[in-house]
Amino acid sequence: MTKFIDLTLSGISSGAIYAAVALALVLIWRSTRIVNFAQGAMLMFTTFIASAVIDSGGSYVLGFAVALASGFVLGAIVERVVIRPVENAPPLNAVILTLGLYTLIVAIAGMIWGNTPRSFPAAFSLRGYTVGGTTFLFTPNDTFIVLVVIVVAAALAFLFRATSLGLRMRGAAFAPEVARLLGVRVGRMLTLGWALAALVGSLAGLLVAPSVFVGPNNFDPILIIGFVAAVLGGLDSPPGAVIGGLVLGLALSYVSGYEGSALVPLAALVILIIVLMIRPTGLFAATRERRV
Amino acid sequence: MTAARDVIRASTLLRSVVLVLVVGLVLLVLSDQMSAYRDLQLATGAYYFCVLAGLTVLAGSSGQISLGHGALMAVGAYTVGKLANAGWALVPELAAAAAVTLIIGIPVGLACSRLRGPYLAGATLAFAVGLPALADRFPTAFGGENGLTINPPTPPASLGVNFPLERWQAWIACIGALVVVFVFYNLGRSGVGRALRAVRDDEIAASLAGLRVGRWHTLAFTLSAAAAGLGGGLLAVVTGTVAPGAFPIQLSLTLLAGVVIGGLGSLMGAVWGAALLVLLPNWTNDLASSFSLSTNVAHNLPLAIYGLVLIGAMLAWPSGIQGGFRAIGRWAGPTIASSFGRGRGKTTTVVAGEPSTEAPAAASVAIPPAPEAGAKTPSES
Repeated sequence: MTKFIDLTLSGISSGAIYAAVALALVLIWRSTRIVNFAQGAMLMFTTFIASAVIDSGGSYVLGFAVALASGFVLGAIVERVVIRPVENAPPLNAVILTLGLYTLIVAIAGMIWGNTPRSFPAAFSLRGYTVGGTTFLFTPNDTFIVLVVIVVAAALAFLFRATSLGLRMRGAAFAPEVARLLGVRVGRMLTLGWALAALVGSLAGLLVAPSVFVGPNNFDPILIIGFVAAVLGGLDSPPGAVIGGLVLGLALSYVSGYEGSALVPLAALVILIIVLMIRPTGLFAATRERRV
Repeated sequence: MTAARDVIRASTLLRSVVLVLVVGLVLLVLSDQMSAYRDLQLATGAYYFCVLAGLTVLAGSSGQISLGHGALMAVGAYTVGKLANAGWALVPELAAAAAVTLIIGIPVGLACSRLRGPYLAGATLAFAVGLPALADRFPTAFGGENGLTINPPTPPASLGVNFPLERWQAWIACIGALVVVFVFYNLGRSGVGRALRAVRDDEIAASLAGLRVGRWHTLAFTLSAAAAGLGGGLLAVVTGTVAPGAFPIQLSLTLLAGVVIGGLGSLMGAVWGAALLVLLPNWTNDLASSFSLSTNVAHNLPLAIYGLVLIGAMLAWPSGIQGGFRAIGRWAGPTIASSFGRGRGKTTTVVAGEPSTEAPAAASVAIPPAPEAGAKTPSES
């Protein structure tokens, strides 16, 4: 029973991280109809930046802030330089492009920091809470993770629903022509969407880094799982992404606890296939006809 | 003379036999002249070619891309590994590699036939990440991290005592590649190829014409999986070892880079792609040593170039090397273009080398072009 509770708790904490990655993917999908397969590499790169800052004597908070800022800038640059030209091209072009970007960023990180993974400090203690003599696997750091992700999700919801900037971003994404006629700088909104998404992504990287270590390929499973979570949620809906992330976090935590962690990516694949077989556009997406 | 040419033109089967024999002869002579190291490169290129041919047929004839072919190679390689250690002979074990991968490809293809664009890419990516982990999960069956070791094939005694092993491996791999050429060349020009292209160009029109779109997609994926399995089996024979580390996600992305730069949709493009995958790491190593770059940089340089190639190709040159040659052919004049285009053009139009009048930047590798553009894409005869 303790094991089940432990797995549930750690599932919630890892689910929060998957939710953040899924949110990053969903933000980009909403604004440009592109799945950013480079997201895993981008958050890997910004986490490496944080690691470098901390290694050279900076505090954890400084590294954290620098990583978020560089994520924001990286997202904006990527959108402006390479994504803009394929935004109206056939979808496969964008897929191949973001995969190329993934490959390039992984290679650059390997060139700068080497391919040997390094450890990354956690924000808070990694010692589990003790309740009535039993020590649970849920740590103060897990509390931090869950709270941060809740705050970010709430902030995004506030931005998109309650501010004029969020309204303009939504307009630019869903009706670019009309938005442009109404004076919205559509290109700038799309860049902002990518920048925000990359920021959320780099946050996820920082949160997950203590448990997966920092290496060029250590974040690949996170990207896959984040993608599965986003698809679970329908790719289109931020609340769906959060729910998808949590569901997946729990499911994979049980798989990893009872069957071994090697099976986690495969379990994610199985879940993805089952979901796509039942609802090819995800569980929470509004059904839409494929246009002729 | 003209009569013989007419016969060869008329029969696809005959043409493919001639093609395979001529290429085989050239490879035989070449491999005889080359050093052991070059022979090994030839063998490597040949197994890459098998996989790339599968990918290019998939993309070119049904409009799907797969990032899971690295994992399918692993299936073929592990099949050969297990069977070789069980004492099977070379030919049956390679055939089994293709067959097992084909069977694995059926459910994957079925699942993927319903998916499009990013969903398909994500699902196959998850497949590529997830499958090699099985080796870790069942270490007794698959050897865990260290994988399986295979005894190298022994050249037959009739070739002489000093016959280099690398040349024998090159022969095996090249024969495998020629089988793939033979099958895909004929398939592309048969009813199957036409049905697949019809499905690729316009799913709705194809289904109105009575084609079961999902089934054809599954068939294309399955065939391409079999080619990848054969490629993986050959990899096992050539390298003598099968381990999960040999099939990382980068392998799938590298394959994608190879097929994109070669040009999606043509077997010739797969040749260019395979040559690139073999030669590029060599060039970058030479480059790194002559500029005395650090090992970190040297190791990651090929990967960086693949990344740049993928990005650059999508931004500037979506039709790849083979598309470039065809463009030059068209530019050089109708005579050359038609002699080059004949036969080959049928399988290769996919590359959408001819961007229609609208937006040349949008020239697509993407085979089912955006619905709006689809109607205007010049469909082939």
